[in-house]
Amino acid sequence: MALPSLSDVAIVAVHNTRQARQIDEPEDSLMLGAFRAVMVEAGIGPADIDGISAHGWTSGINGSDVIAWLGGHPCWNGVHYPGIASVMEAAGAIMAGQCHTVLMGAAQSGAHRGRTHTAPWTRPENEFVACWGMFTPAHFALIARRHMALYGTPVEALAEVAAAIRSNGAVNPEAVFFGKPVTREDVLNSRMIADPFHLLDCAMTSEGGSAIVMTTRERARDMGGEPIYILAGALERMGQAYVEPPLWDRFGMMGARAAAGCFERAGLTPKDVDVCEFYDPFSFEIIRQLEAYGFCQPGEAAGFVLDGNIRIDGSLPVATNGGLMSFSHAGAVQNLQKVIAGVQQLRGLLPPQLTVKGAEVAMISNNGSGAVTCDVMLLGKTA
Amino acid sequence: MSYVSAPAEGRPLPVPTELSAPHWDGAREGRLMVQQCPVCEAYVFIPRRACPQCLAEPLEWVESSGKGTIYSYTIIHRPPHPAFEPPFCAAIIALEEGWHMLSNVVGTDPATIAVGQAVAVEFLDCGEVTLPVFRRVN
Repeated sequence: MALPSLSDVAIVAVHNTRQARQIDEPEDSLMLGAFRAVMVEAGIGPADIDGISAHGWTSGINGSDVIAWLGGHPCWNGVHYPGIASVMEAAGAIMAGQCHTVLMGAAQSGAHRGRTHTAPWTRPENEFVACWGMFTPAHFALIARRHMALYGTPVEALAEVAAAIRSNGAVNPEAVFFGKPVTREDVLNSRMIADPFHLLDCAMTSEGGSAIVMTTRERARDMGGEPIYILAGALERMGQAYVEPPLWDRFGMMGARAAAGCFERAGLTPKDVDVCEFYDPFSFEIIRQLEAYGFCQPGEAAGFVLDGNIRIDGSLPVATNGGLMSFSHAGAVQNLQKVIAGVQQLRGLLPPQLTVKGAEVAMISNNGSGAVTCDVMLLGKTA
Repeated sequence: MSYVSAPAEGRPLPVPTELSAPHWDGAREGRLMVQQCPVCEAYVFIPRRACPQCLAEPLEWVESSGKGTIYSYTIIHRPPHPAFEPPFCAAIIALEEGWHMLSNVVGTDPATIAVGQAVAVEFLDCGEVTLPVFRRVN
């Protein structure tokens, strides 16, 4: 029997639990809720699953725990962090015939206490970093400032990115910041964190859970929901996060290699992408990615953004569910939620005013330049 | 506005390792030390076991002129640690030998700092460790 190729691997069901700034429900309960919902959507039970990929942020829940929850029958167990990395790992396992149906989930709760809490991963302790008062926004700000100096990128373009993404979340009832519209002026008037980033240029912190089911094209026919196909995916890593000086010359084009590889493998170009669920930890990171992935020439993404192109009614909507800025930004879950947003968009599952009509191809990204990690994926309605 | 934007007390201080000790020992003596590959002559920072260009080891420690320019900077208004009095400047310094390091730009109104300005190293005694920081020069 021929093994499936990448285009034979489908994501058949996706689910996000409630997202909130703080969640008290234990992570095992959150994750179980996500698993039950996604299995109902796929129309499968524990006996249909032979692969697990799972991560709990505070509890340390891993695939072994989840395999036991499902009765302990033989399963493949992924080890990559939830997101493009774990999805590509699972796709590889399915392609290699190690398993046929993977249940993947992530949850985070109980990590944030108090509304002023800073995300716990944002204060690097390295000996060549912490002593200068550096933290994650400052790392990304050093990347942004260099681009501004090289190309004259205005702060209004950064504010437009944040306003566009936060405007999407404002009309998504599942977003943490639902009902909180934000304008460019709101962004520019919010308090300064690490120049050029104001508070509203930065992602929030939040908690929640998510799950997906992946299987083969053949098995997907017998399951519920609509399969979405992985056209291509690639991991791009450049070393340890938050250790070396974040040089634009080294890290400014992060993701370019992964994106070029994905486009070549899928036989597509940036012109074929209908919607972008790009990683949005800070406003500038969207401008950077538009240039790194080939949507804009170097120095031209600011103008592209200021012309309204990344708004939900623009030519290339970005972070359509509200992204890390307004939908949710939970450490263990955020990257998987970018994949889920792409699936939801292609299946028309987002609210009508956030649905990009006729969208066939979604581009997903995980992590960014300051973190020297940038994974990229293309999802398609048809393989 | 704080013009000397680098507190000598209370900030998180580096704990030198066997690998990095020559850098911090040099700073205590008023010298900015960086590694250089004896084979391909590449400057290497942060400290490493082997040259990332050609994997040669051991690397040699050499003294930098301490002169450079501001490659990029950020004015931090919401410090991650209470010892830092905002606003203060964290920057990437491009040293004239062609290597880069993170540091603070001190003694300058943060509002006047710009990419490309010339800076020179000076040394801030923080007790257990001396930190190389940078000040604008004309």
